[in-house]
Amino acid sequence: MKLIMIFISAALINNFVLTYFLGICPFVGVSNKIENALNMGLATTFVMTLTAAVTWPIYTYILVRFNVPFLEYVAFIIAIAALVQLVEMYIRKSSPALYRALGIYLPLITTNCAVLGLALFMVLREYNFVESIIFGFATGAGFTLAIVMMSGIREELEFADIPKPFQGISVTLIIAGMMALAFMGFAGLMRG
Amino acid sequence: MTITGLIIVSAVSMGGLGAVLAVFLAFADKKFKVTEDPRIEAVLGILPNTNCGGCGYPGCRMLAEAIANGNAPANTCVAGGNDVAKKLAALMGVEAKDHKRMLAVVLCKGGGKEAGKRAQYTGDRTCTAANLTGGDKSCTYGCLGYGECVDACKFDAMAMNANSLPVVFYDKCVGCGACARACPRDIIEMHPEEHRLFVYCRNKDKGAASRKVCDVACIACGLCVKDCSVLGGIALKDNLATVNYALAPQSDESTKRCPTKCIFSGIEDQMTKSRFEAAEPQRAGRKAV
Repeated sequence: MKLIMIFISAALINNFVLTYFLGICPFVGVSNKIENALNMGLATTFVMTLTAAVTWPIYTYILVRFNVPFLEYVAFIIAIAALVQLVEMYIRKSSPALYRALGIYLPLITTNCAVLGLALFMVLREYNFVESIIFGFATGAGFTLAIVMMSGIREELEFADIPKPFQGISVTLIIAGMMALAFMGFAGLMRG
Repeated sequence: MTITGLIIVSAVSMGGLGAVLAVFLAFADKKFKVTEDPRIEAVLGILPNTNCGGCGYPGCRMLAEAIANGNAPANTCVAGGNDVAKKLAALMGVEAKDHKRMLAVVLCKGGGKEAGKRAQYTGDRTCTAANLTGGDKSCTYGCLGYGECVDACKFDAMAMNANSLPVVFYDKCVGCGACARACPRDIIEMHPEEHRLFVYCRNKDKGAASRKVCDVACIACGLCVKDCSVLGGIALKDNLATVNYALAPQSDESTKRCPTKCIFSGIEDQMTKSRFEAAEPQRAGRKAV
């Protein structure tokens, strides 16, 4: 039951993009086409799940054990960078087509604050290993949901008659704000 | 724990973590090694690696892949010019085709002195932002003067002069077109270097209106059209004299009578970087604002 709560909480109620405003850069930058947005979302979900699986042992068995938990930022950033590198190598080897489709977005996940935020929240909320992995996967799912919804709206916007000062990023940010308001409707769905 | 102990533990744990991940990545690199066409690296070594985007590919690496696969001709790189084209042709074993040098031409002469202002602009000091409001100049077609083209130039080939107009250094310009893409008013055009005759104005308003806002605007009087030695060499289009480069002679015999001197021959007297530095030492390599 607690795992389901963590999942729904991270994916909907406390959606990283629309509630904590983390990972706005790819949310705005890669949301112009549904296909790209979905690929980006899936890659991020994958990295987030792996991040949770790797950073939890690092935190518990290295940082806490040697009593240096203040090094979490440095340790997490190193681990995330290495992970993204690994994922990039793997995708390049296994699926050149996907590698080309993801292009620059793959290395960009390294600097995605949502991934670091995930690792930090995981520590802050004192999740255990399984909960952390569920949390990582749910956060990625929430990110994918938000970015795909955004890209769907933006594809329709291509045909809308937008006043000149609002075109491009401006209208995207306004829509992001509206989506964030809509997601506030999930607040109070459940506690936790 | 003492502070020394803490430092040692931190250094060892972080260093250890880094080392473990490094070894892990090195192993993964071996395992997931992708064998690539070695020519891609060779081509990339010859390309300028400035990632200017002038060729139309996202970066030099993409172009290198295209050239190595035979999807792009060896003279695609605009920034490299003839040298790079020849080297690439030799590497790829294809016949060297001459690279056509393109140059950027700023088609506006209405700087601070010539063009009037209609308002004070206090917004973000970029051309794109100023263009959204219509700009502070009375002429809504002319150069805004905030130097976005100069910022876009990766080859140190542009600067803003004291009159708030961009100047292109023709010894440095490689013709990548970054400035032309950066300009929100499309004032900068890319031309082959043989082109000499230009109408340095973009104002499409009727003569009386354009004369009012700028001293050097094209007022569409049609004198150059009449005087041109080749029929159809210069035509009036949208209240603007337009040169037909296939026909018109590139000397300025036909443009002597232009009342506002907005059409003439010569690309800014072939301005070079050293000349600009001699004329305006304090402005070289700097933005307008």
